Amino acid sequence: MVSAIKEKMKQANPFRGFRSIVYKEVLHIRRDFMTVFFAMFIPTVQMIVLGFGIDTNIRQVDTVVFDENGKKESRELIDRLRNSDTFRIREYVHSDAELNDAIVGGRAKVGVKIPYDYSRQLLDRSTAQVLVLIDGSDSSVAGQAINVATSIGFEESLRRALPLRYAIPVEVRPKLLFNPDSRSPNFFLPGLVAVLLLFFTAFLTALAIVREKERGTLEQLFVTPVRPLGLLLGKLVPYFVIGVMGLSGLLFFMRTVFQVPIAGHVLLLYALAMPYLFVNLSIGLLISSRARTQPEAMQLSMMVILPTIFFSGYIFPRETMPLPFYIFSFFVPGTYFVNISRGIILRGAGIEHLWHDGVVLLVMGVLLLLAAAKRFQKKVIAT
Amino acid sequence: MKNETQKQGGAAGAGPNGAAIHAQGLVRRFGDVVAVNGVDLRVGQGEVFGFLGPNGSGKTTVIKMLTGLLPLSSGEAWVDGLDVRRDAEGVRERIGYMSQKFSLYDDLTVTENMTFYGSIYGLRNARLKQRMEATIELNGLEPYVDRQAGKLSGGWKQRLALGCAMLHEPKMMFLDEPTAGIDPVARRQLWDLIFELSGHGVTFFVTTHYIDEAERCSHVGYIYYGKMIADGTPEELKALPDVRPAGTKRVEITAPEITRALRLARAMDGIRTATVFGQAIHALVEEHFDLSEMRRELAGHGIHVTEVRELEPSLEDVFVELTYKHKETGKWATE
Repeated sequence: MVSAIKEKMKQANPFRGFRSIVYKEVLHIRRDFMTVFFAMFIPTVQMIVLGFGIDTNIRQVDTVVFDENGKKESRELIDRLRNSDTFRIREYVHSDAELNDAIVGGRAKVGVKIPYDYSRQLLDRSTAQVLVLIDGSDSSVAGQAINVATSIGFEESLRRALPLRYAIPVEVRPKLLFNPDSRSPNFFLPGLVAVLLLFFTAFLTALAIVREKERGTLEQLFVTPVRPLGLLLGKLVPYFVIGVMGLSGLLFFMRTVFQVPIAGHVLLLYALAMPYLFVNLSIGLLISSRARTQPEAMQLSMMVILPTIFFSGYIFPRETMPLPFYIFSFFVPGTYFVNISRGIILRGAGIEHLWHDGVVLLVMGVLLLLAAAKRFQKKVIAT
Repeated sequence: MKNETQKQGGAAGAGPNGAAIHAQGLVRRFGDVVAVNGVDLRVGQGEVFGFLGPNGSGKTTVIKMLTGLLPLSSGEAWVDGLDVRRDAEGVRERIGYMSQKFSLYDDLTVTENMTFYGSIYGLRNARLKQRMEATIELNGLEPYVDRQAGKLSGGWKQRLALGCAMLHEPKMMFLDEPTAGIDPVARRQLWDLIFELSGHGVTFFVTTHYIDEAERCSHVGYIYYGKMIADGTPEELKALPDVRPAGTKRVEITAPEITRALRLARAMDGIRTATVFGQAIHALVEEHFDLSEMRRELAGHGIHVTEVRELEPSLEDVFVELTYKHKETGKWATE
């Protein structure tokens, strides 16, 4: 009787088969390391490129100057431009046509024309005009050039308008918190964590299930006492462990090679990674309930990974997105985890600041899992 | 928990006693197509039940219903005494299943595949080891224990699959086209093994397309467009009135240019049906059909019949006749 009850409890265990699946999955991973390597490869390349290569700060923009005036006053203005670090004067030209040509030809992104009457207008105390041509084809360069050029103009005006002994009445001193040197690794690497975890959970779990679909082994498993939850968690856990190892590796390189300090608690980051992984598992499941082949699964995964890269705020700031995209970004789970990751690593945020992100992820995870489990039961098991 | 156990125990007892599989009025609808249309099944313990039918006729759907993968649209089914509708998990615990495709893990060795399947059924440590040794011996897998499953030949793969399906000593085995694509010797060996196990009381539910395999089964069912159109021992089926209508006989006509001969024969009065079997025509003819007249007529077309003899119907004849008979009505029932 006791053994009969034990037998029933074994059957009632919704995680039945979990340990067996983990055992098998670990063997698969050991035999087929290429898949894991492939999943590692993209985040690693991103880490190297974004960590070393890209400097998003606009500095030393190529500039041509047409100094028609050629007096002391105009040379002072040119010096100010040069000292701003934003502009690098690479050429002086002697006509409007040449100025235009330098920009059209791509030799310079900014053209500055100081008209012949610049110094005379200053002396007459009327308004002296300076023409700044900006290549608008690169919007971030253009924005920065406008800002710096305008503020140099203001400073120059103030300096000339005020009597010498007066100080400038108001001086705004912006202080960049959390990333004082606005280094790009600080900005990108915490966000990369979100993409990395997505790869390891959604993508690899989906592949691992679809592979069994292709081989017909999934069909076989359904006829055994393995329960769907045991199967799915058994598949997830090995990749989750690899994902956490990847996360640790990423944090290690971020801290040592790229010198990004971690202001908050690493443990909180690991803890809040759980609901995010939960969401990703559900996405992986949805993919595997749909895809029949591995290439199909990869394409579907890309449909999830790309929005995470573009709309989560990982690369492009969400605040500047057009309204529809901004609204869309609220439905991208990565959005919340990018915020969590940057919050903890850069701003030193605690659970009191980030709990709502965690809750949103949890709710998303539950809804997606219910939808995925239902679809899986209907489209994969009972067909 | 205790009550629950007793209730489920009671459900198991409610299954009609004696039968390994008992199903009544199995119906499965997909949308408005009735894929399985009122199938009744009774398979006794220790029987080898051959389940035949054209591709897509509902064989796999029936297996999926009996193993609890697909809910029954209506009808009832017990497998090994358990109600499939109420205790699908319990059913899966007690059955072994081997699918038509080789569905073990190519990159795992024979031992690893077995360890995995054994552990799914809750076999551990000493018990697992003992069962694996016994299964390896029974299936003759000793030389290959450390080989990756993907590197085994077709016949050995099927033996490994069978081994994995029987590790937990099920009393009921479902084999879905176990011999598709393996060589004749391996096929024979697999069947020898099936009969050996059935001698020990294991019930087999086997789907196949091979008539010679069906002939060996102790019980055969034929499904066509979701309906069971034949069910019985091979002998019973051969004696069916549809197969051997009153006033007819079966003959085998051996002749050269067999396809031309078939065309001519089909046009003759007194020949009801005719099909090619190898170098001969198997025909169902009227009792009074004049065989020498037929010889002459074929000779007139330059075909010289070498032999004509009366024939007992084979299972293939049975299925061909039944399929002809149901061809008009044989459509998917829709709602």
